[in-house]
Amino acid sequence: MLTIKNLHASINGKEILKGVNLSIKPGEVHAIMGPNGSGKSTLGAVLAGRELFEVTQGEITFNGKDIFELSPEERSREGLFLSFQYPIEIPGVSMVNFMKTALNEHRKHKGLAPVTASDFLKLMRERKELVEIDSALTNRAVNEGFSGGEKKKNEIFQMAMLEPKLAILDETDSGLDIDALRIVANGVNKLKKPDNSTIVITHYQRLLDYIVPDFVHILYNGRIVKTGGKELALDLEEKGYDWIKNELEE
Amino acid sequence: MNALNINPKENFINLYFDNLDLITENSTDILNKARQSALESFKILGFPNSKSEKYKYTKVEKLFLNEYEKYFTPKSITFNIDDIFRCDIPALDTHLALTLNGFYLSNPDLLVEIEKGVIIGSLSEAAKKYPNVVSKYYNTLADNDEDGLVALNTAFAQDGVFIYIPKGLVLEKPIQIINLMMGDENQLMHYRNLIIADENAQADIVICDHTLSPSEYLSNVVTEVFTNRGANLDVVSMQNQHNDSTQFTHLFGKQERDSVLSTNTVSLHGGIIRNNIHIVLNDENCENHTYGLALADRNQHIDMYSFIDHAKPNCNSNELYKALLDDQATGSFNGRILVRRDAQKTQAFQSNDNLLLTADAKMYTKPQLEIYADDVKCTHGATIGQLDMDAKFYMQSRGIGEREAKLLLMFGFAHDVIGHIKIAPLRERIDELVNKRLRGDLSRCNNCPMNCC
Repeated sequence: MLTIKNLHASINGKEILKGVNLSIKPGEVHAIMGPNGSGKSTLGAVLAGRELFEVTQGEITFNGKDIFELSPEERSREGLFLSFQYPIEIPGVSMVNFMKTALNEHRKHKGLAPVTASDFLKLMRERKELVEIDSALTNRAVNEGFSGGEKKKNEIFQMAMLEPKLAILDETDSGLDIDALRIVANGVNKLKKPDNSTIVITHYQRLLDYIVPDFVHILYNGRIVKTGGKELALDLEEKGYDWIKNELEE
Repeated sequence: MNALNINPKENFINLYFDNLDLITENSTDILNKARQSALESFKILGFPNSKSEKYKYTKVEKLFLNEYEKYFTPKSITFNIDDIFRCDIPALDTHLALTLNGFYLSNPDLLVEIEKGVIIGSLSEAAKKYPNVVSKYYNTLADNDEDGLVALNTAFAQDGVFIYIPKGLVLEKPIQIINLMMGDENQLMHYRNLIIADENAQADIVICDHTLSPSEYLSNVVTEVFTNRGANLDVVSMQNQHNDSTQFTHLFGKQERDSVLSTNTVSLHGGIIRNNIHIVLNDENCENHTYGLALADRNQHIDMYSFIDHAKPNCNSNELYKALLDDQATGSFNGRILVRRDAQKTQAFQSNDNLLLTADAKMYTKPQLEIYADDVKCTHGATIGQLDMDAKFYMQSRGIGEREAKLLLMFGFAHDVIGHIKIAPLRERIDELVNKRLRGDLSRCNNCPMNCC
């Protein structure tokens, strides 16, 4: 589904990613862990097509397509979804209008007619229940005045609406209390289908109690320095990132 | 070019005396009585010039130098409204009033009483039929002694729209005034509106300005609005003339105790637009809302001046003006709030936000608060910025194309103002119109969205 080869990316001339290699097959859940500043969010942003970052080397293919040939919107329509670490507030743009526009762009891409108003409302209702999001939230402007937890739930709601093939959850757990964490994680799990894949970017092991990864990668200083199964996350939780740093220095 | 053209002030004074018979003949006593002293004021004031802080960003005088025809008799153009207009948006159910080149268009009457004493019609006709009402209000608010353009209007105005909402009446259907400009010649016109909501009356009024011919137009319009004790008026103004037109509007509002007056001025098209809004909160416990939205591109110039005068205690005012400027468009906002010494417990808020889409677009903003009372709560602020790139990326990451994402952001910016329009169907229609304007789908001329609002 996704292949990343020797990815280098920098911002303002400072290199953040220094040769990332990663391969994700349909149906797999990969966790990417790492200390602050290791490049986790940069990886998510580069995948989604953020212009802020300059890719200096390497290649990424998504479903057989060169991702750098695709604009951010085309990547989304092809089935890539980034759940933002800090979702953006868009005053004046209603959730309904935003979601309907996005959904119809996806449908157009697939050669489908625009969704009817009643089907759209039905779908919204259904997906809201799935991710246990408060009904009132979708009557407001996108993320405007939402609490931190509501914003994260709203990301998962959007994911539920767009049904991506590959979801990248960038620190979806940060800022969530334990109940909200469970709701968000349950939402993600309910959306899981045998052939879609997930990348979970996180600092902490606790989210992985709910969203169980097939692989755990440790990103450190712009490179994936260790890969293992779900037990790697537990080791990391126990020993801390210094363990990795020391191991690398040896 | 003859020598007269060099001095537009002299030109207009001569024009007045040369046509005085015609002007008075096609108007009414009450309007005629006000002319002479207004002309004297104009002689002293002349056209506003760049020395006037109030008109700093709009050069007025040269605009009056252009060659325009001036008609002092209503020109009869027979046409079938349905032939001319094709609505872009289905009609909102309203009481309709039409003017053509500044004169009220009988439809079929010049003045109608629509229900329980609600009167809509020609100002000149109303001055004949209801002299007591008209003389009590006419020309009592317009600041002829301070603004040469207002004085010029009072000197030349012959007709316009008159609306009277009687005591205690709540009008369900909005009143829609459509000002049409049409004809083969370039034309300059002065017309005058008078709107009165008597005690505890309530009404919503929508004013739409349209040009139906490609000729150049200059209009200089004064509207006086009275909200008497406990009255509640909502005035939405849609400016949608073509870009070869020049528009000066002066709205004077006077609020009595417990009254609410909201104005919302939405400028969609028009070459040069200057809007003046003067509100006096003349008694306690009044509420005023002054909203405005300007969408400008190419070489459009939209200038807004507002003056909210808190004369008495315990009143609230809330002002929000937004401008979205593309290409080489220029805009200006000058908002003055005066809190007089007696006006304790005033709450006054003002905000002006502007979005520039290109490096060539320019916005000048000057919020002003003058406070002479000591127990008040007032804030003001202004911002000038560009489209939020983070928000644009966020939308793109959900599959929304870049152009669409920008449009949604612009629409969101504009909706902040439109959202304050109370009547839902009206609000939705104006939203739709703004959406069309932003997409470039809104026609400027013959395919006129007459029932746009």
